[in-house]
Amino acid sequence: MSGRRVKQMRTQAIGGFLFGKKSLKEFVMDKAIFLVLLMLVIVIAIINPRILRVQVLRDILMMSSTKIIMALGMMFVILTGGVDLGGGRMVGMAAVISASMLQTSDYVRRFYPELGQIPLLIPILLAVIVGTLFGMMNGMIVAKFKVPAFIATLSSMLIIYGVNSIYFNMPPNNSQPIGGLRPDFTYLGSGSIGFIPVIVIFAAIVSIIVWFILNKTVFGKNVYAVGGNPEAAAVSGINITKTLVGLFGLCGFLISLSGVLEAARTGGATNNYGSGYELDAIASCVVGGVSTTGGVGTVSGVIAGVIIFSFINYGLTFVGVNPYWQNIIKGIIIVSAVSFDIRKYVQKK
Amino acid sequence: MHIGEAREVMYVLEMNHVSKSFPGVKALDDVTLKVKPGTVHALMGENGAGKSTLMKCLFGLYSMDEGEIRFNGEPVVINNVKEALSLGISMIHQELHLIPYRSVMENIWLGRFPRIGGAKSPVVDHQTMFDRTDQLLKELNLSNIKPTDLLRTLSVSKAQSVEIAKAVSYDSKIIIMDEPSSSLTENEVEHLFSIIRSLRQRGVAIIYISHKMEEILKISDEVTIMRDGHYVGTWEASELTTATIIKRMVGRDLTHRFPSRESKIGGELLRVENYTSPNARSFKNVSFTLHKGEILGLGGLVGAQRTEVMEAVFGLRLHSEGSLYIRGKEVTINNSYDAKKYGMALLTEERRATGIFPVLSVQDNLVIANIKEYRDKSGLLNSAKMAADTQKSIKDLDIKTPSARTLIKSLSGGNQQKVLFARWLLTSPDILILDEPTRGIDVGAKYEIYVIMQELAAQGKGVIMISSEMPELLGMTDRVVVMSEGRVAGTVNSKETDQEQIMELATKYVG
Repeated sequence: MSGRRVKQMRTQAIGGFLFGKKSLKEFVMDKAIFLVLLMLVIVIAIINPRILRVQVLRDILMMSSTKIIMALGMMFVILTGGVDLGGGRMVGMAAVISASMLQTSDYVRRFYPELGQIPLLIPILLAVIVGTLFGMMNGMIVAKFKVPAFIATLSSMLIIYGVNSIYFNMPPNNSQPIGGLRPDFTYLGSGSIGFIPVIVIFAAIVSIIVWFILNKTVFGKNVYAVGGNPEAAAVSGINITKTLVGLFGLCGFLISLSGVLEAARTGGATNNYGSGYELDAIASCVVGGVSTTGGVGTVSGVIAGVIIFSFINYGLTFVGVNPYWQNIIKGIIIVSAVSFDIRKYVQKK
Repeated sequence: MHIGEAREVMYVLEMNHVSKSFPGVKALDDVTLKVKPGTVHALMGENGAGKSTLMKCLFGLYSMDEGEIRFNGEPVVINNVKEALSLGISMIHQELHLIPYRSVMENIWLGRFPRIGGAKSPVVDHQTMFDRTDQLLKELNLSNIKPTDLLRTLSVSKAQSVEIAKAVSYDSKIIIMDEPSSSLTENEVEHLFSIIRSLRQRGVAIIYISHKMEEILKISDEVTIMRDGHYVGTWEASELTTATIIKRMVGRDLTHRFPSRESKIGGELLRVENYTSPNARSFKNVSFTLHKGEILGLGGLVGAQRTEVMEAVFGLRLHSEGSLYIRGKEVTINNSYDAKKYGMALLTEERRATGIFPVLSVQDNLVIANIKEYRDKSGLLNSAKMAADTQKSIKDLDIKTPSARTLIKSLSGGNQQKVLFARWLLTSPDILILDEPTRGIDVGAKYEIYVIMQELAAQGKGVIMISSEMPELLGMTDRVVVMSEGRVAGTVNSKETDQEQIMELATKYVG
């Protein structure tokens, strides 16, 4: 009996985003924005059914992959009621760091002209470690100095961009776009095993690991606790500083990993890479049901949010909507997602 | 209990000669608290007497300046919450510390989840957690709560039971309960008491903090009373009466808990007829009349929709049917501006949530409802006039505040409530609606609030008081409208009724 119930709870945790036990009205209310966007997807598909071709869908999935990894990182911070405004710049930094050391030896304008063929893992690790450290620094500032996350990360956004630009401007590169990336590196972003793109496999593995961390580990549960009611967490003897530093570090890790893969996917990097990505990540999280008030959110929701958001992004271009209009539509989506979300929690109070 | 054993652990907890100062205040001065195992020990005192400070010292949230804590006879030092919990001391806070979107079991085992593969493993063992929670809830007769229930789907009473289960799960020897009954209905309080009794049987000592005398006398074995940071004494509950407790708490004889007065009831001021909510589960066909100079009580159980009716009268809630007359003339009130225009004022129940602006000053809090009156010809605010009115209000209502510039959040509950009174009095209302005006306020301040109410009625204003405290309803009002399940069950004359009759009416439509 009890075993079955735990199992039931587990399946709810996995599929809870779409298949939770709820009345239809509650379901519609809960997922209002999600359903509206789903309709938008259907409208796009009706206007131009060619978007449903497997090749196009595969493209959208590839585009979504780095965004999924980034949004999952962002989710950790949103779960505590904050946002990471520096996320986009962190993507740029990770892209530049990894790309700068992974150019082919015969490329004309190399960042490090004398650098030999170093193991692929070294620059990637370097980029990810720097990102993780910046994330942990954010967490430290939030935990110790009680600076709101959006201010702490606003500052680190500027700092990261500054640091990255100085690095990017070093002679002999002098702020030239980094190109000519090694094929073993770009394989990570654009290669495929059979029909399945490598980058999609990356996103899938990361999603499973993040799901496991959030649902199966003490750390994950502490994240929800600190986000849901920090005082309750404190009186239960949870180390809030450790949890915050950990989750911001994990956020930095995932976002810089997505930055590395973004460089591999697009085959280049500049210091302006990733600018504004954090907003897409936040929007995807919110669309996917991560509450901006903290403590609520699932991996499946975030994945669904990212894919829907990417589909609409891609789809609007596909059916020929003017890019300026696309911005307006995206803005409306974000504000309605958040207002639906807030309404949901205010009502239930 | 063997005599030898009794000598060994006479007290599960001793706090001896505890002193604690904050800048400018000596919050605790040589306070003693001795709690026997398996007893309910009430800790009483007015707000500001130092009960919370003492408990925070015990729970490791504050460090003591002087004094010692002995636990099971052994001297201990408690530096933080974790150490308190691991010793076996837990606390049920007034504001429940639970995480709304997590399951019951996660809430209970928060901070010490069972893990798969040893204490250092990062992976949570859900099955064990479920089984332990299930067993724990069964032991406490809480089988109506499921380990996998989300906290936000539970009622306040059930959520509190979860907190108690959590405290028990720590194998606590002492559980501190801070005003545990403040948001419970009578039935739920009964249920709480049955849990407390079963805890007592298991040898757990309960330190019970409450302002409700009747409750204290009913549930506790011993009572320790504090006043102004000092220890007054400890007595067997059976030796005490409400009057003796009050006397020792306030240090003076409060022969009357309520000021006496002669009511001079005048003509009709407000008449509500057939107010019905569009929501079927809310109020229905509510009618009552309020006269000049009258204090009208609104009694009933929690959930009888009293607040909802009054919010509808004040225009904060919709009504689908019904009419409202002020001095015999029908008026329409659809929002709080209308209500204010017709001379109505509403003091809400949730002082912190819907009353005060915590980070604004006493003055700002005072003038806010009347702010338009302070504009001079140029449309700017006249600070001198605002300051003068503030000073007058502080003096008239005897508000204890260091200055008009002090942030209201640093005042005691009673003084915050007085500021809210003063706020509405500045608008010169004729009809005052007071929703639980003395909730969470200590005895002395309660009395002052009552005096203010009396004075207002003496000036010919009409006062409506929603209250869940029976003695207050009987002692303060002229008539009581008793509601039950959204309907008016009856109106009684306060002088001719008693608790039993009101309770009977309050449960008339229940079930």
